[in-house]
Amino acid sequence: MSAVPRYQHGSRVPGWDEPADLGKDPAEIPDPALTAVPAELRAEIEAHMAKYPDRRSATLPALEAAQRVHGWCSPEAIEQVACVMRLTPAYLAAVATFYDMLETQPVAPHSVYVCTNISCSLCGADELYAAMREAADEAEFNVRSFECLGACDIAPMASVDGVYVGPLSVADIPQLFDDARSGRPVLPDKQLARRLVADPHANSREYALHPAQPGTGPGAARPAADAAPTDAKQEHGA
Amino acid sequence: MTQALLFKDIDEPGLNTIGVYEARGGYEQLRRALRELTPEAVLGELETSNLRGRGGAGFQMGKKVSFLPKGSMDKYVVCNADESEPGTFKDRELMQKCPHMLIEGIVIASYAAGANRAFIYIRGEYVHQADILDAALAEARAAGFVGEDILGSGHSLSLVVHRGAGAYICGEETGLLDSLEGKRGNPRLKPPFPANQGLYQGPTLINNVETLSTVPAIMRMGGAQYAELGVQTSTGTKLVSVSGHVQKPGNYEIELGVPSRDIIYGLAGGPPQGRQVKCWFPGGSSSPVLTGEDLDIPYDFDSMAKAGTMLGSGAVIVVDDSTPILDVALKVAKFYRHESCGKCTPCREGTNWTVKMLERIDSGEATPMDIEIMASVQEHIMGNCLCVLGDAMAMPIGSMIAKFRGEFEAHIEQARARNQLVAV
Repeated sequence: MSAVPRYQHGSRVPGWDEPADLGKDPAEIPDPALTAVPAELRAEIEAHMAKYPDRRSATLPALEAAQRVHGWCSPEAIEQVACVMRLTPAYLAAVATFYDMLETQPVAPHSVYVCTNISCSLCGADELYAAMREAADEAEFNVRSFECLGACDIAPMASVDGVYVGPLSVADIPQLFDDARSGRPVLPDKQLARRLVADPHANSREYALHPAQPGTGPGAARPAADAAPTDAKQEHGA
Repeated sequence: MTQALLFKDIDEPGLNTIGVYEARGGYEQLRRALRELTPEAVLGELETSNLRGRGGAGFQMGKKVSFLPKGSMDKYVVCNADESEPGTFKDRELMQKCPHMLIEGIVIASYAAGANRAFIYIRGEYVHQADILDAALAEARAAGFVGEDILGSGHSLSLVVHRGAGAYICGEETGLLDSLEGKRGNPRLKPPFPANQGLYQGPTLINNVETLSTVPAIMRMGGAQYAELGVQTSTGTKLVSVSGHVQKPGNYEIELGVPSRDIIYGLAGGPPQGRQVKCWFPGGSSSPVLTGEDLDIPYDFDSMAKAGTMLGSGAVIVVDDSTPILDVALKVAKFYRHESCGKCTPCREGTNWTVKMLERIDSGEATPMDIEIMASVQEHIMGNCLCVLGDAMAMPIGSMIAKFRGEFEAHIEQARARNQLVAV
């Protein structure tokens, strides 16, 4: 019977099998006098803390801000957040390892999340992801397969530094990397932000022009709705 | 056919700004509710409308509000915008194009619930949508719709957009609350339910984006008339996100109770030419699958429950006959394995086991008995964890085994022959 490779590379718990140095004392809340924190980062974290009744609620936004400054949740980044928020580094590390978007290892500057969940994979996302991994320069692009990104209408898709683009084909890959590298808008024609709602009945003005009166009986609003498609503002290539 | 309530004017240029939204009748209901109606009257409209939660569980919103204790303690409204159920993308559309409708709904709901603090927990991947919400919130604050003593009504509300950082489990309400408190997003034991002890241990109303966005429409129409839409136990309109093997994927607003065929074929155009629907998820990847023979089931909460599945988040994922069922099962199981928070053993181990067994089926190393074992693993996950993430894998996988057992068995035989393995 072969051993189950459960805790080796690819484990769901990153870093669990890295040995802990038990000779060291646990890290305490960093001393503000000895910890240098960039002024802008400190201001941003403090602004987040002020928004909540409990300062700990600012943990995720604070770690995200530190990650933006340091590139990843490095020990230094965690120490700075811990110093401002008055929490232990261990607490923050425990939170950081839980969330997919907080990086606990150094990563390339551009992040490319390729959705490989069910809807996208039905539309060819696995091939797309393989081709992207192949084409990407690892020093520049952190190409990851990601869980459903909530854009199955443009499947297969990817989030390039937070910008959703799709539907993508393998032919789009060089342009995608080129745009991201040079700071141009990524594949402008394929950006989700420009997509109209697919529903042909959406955008009806009918309801605004003839507001239904409450209590006029069952189905009072339905005739107006029937007329809606003819008044639809957009043609959706039906 | 269907009346556009949520998608009325949705692609109007600039609808995400307060000027255009108000010109289209926005914030009128907020004014009316806060100035002319008592919180009890607002709650009454919500209860009459029979609006059921649009996030997945389908619990009546009015009832949820009424469960909040009366009194002067700190109460909270949390909007669940952590839309991560695979196949779901309706909240994204609403927040991106009509953020003020959500804000208006939250303010009215907080008035009914007597809550003075509200949070929108949006998933971290929705960068664009969160930026839009932040901008819209600043406009609403400047216009006096959010803040101290709104429109002189005496009701105050602070509203914060909180960005998550990528974890499916944070869409589970108690996992979300832990995450919002700055912890790992582990679900909590229920009861106590959030209505009694939620965020910061205070009474908390937690609802999905679509549910809260529907509130202004209910106030405009009146609860009784809203309840005329749809069917008796599933009132109103619903956004469905159709994806997968369809010709026109996207969000559609339908009246609950329409035949499912009208959604998959009528609106989304059905599978590509020459292909047939093999199976479909009616409510995200957590819902048990239905087959091509089930297309005439009405699309509403109770009809779906009667068919052994659920309406869930309204995400219809269509799989056509060109895809092996094993690929679908493996994709689903791997997702839940990755997203299990690891707190409860049946889910943590069960998702892992299921993936391994499916991989053995794929390689031909499994025996038909393994299918039996896999089915029993699913049964032992269900109902045995703090939250339903494990169930969310067990239900679709169990339904796939029940409905496509022959295909699983044939797959084992073929893979075994291909890899020249000897039967034991």
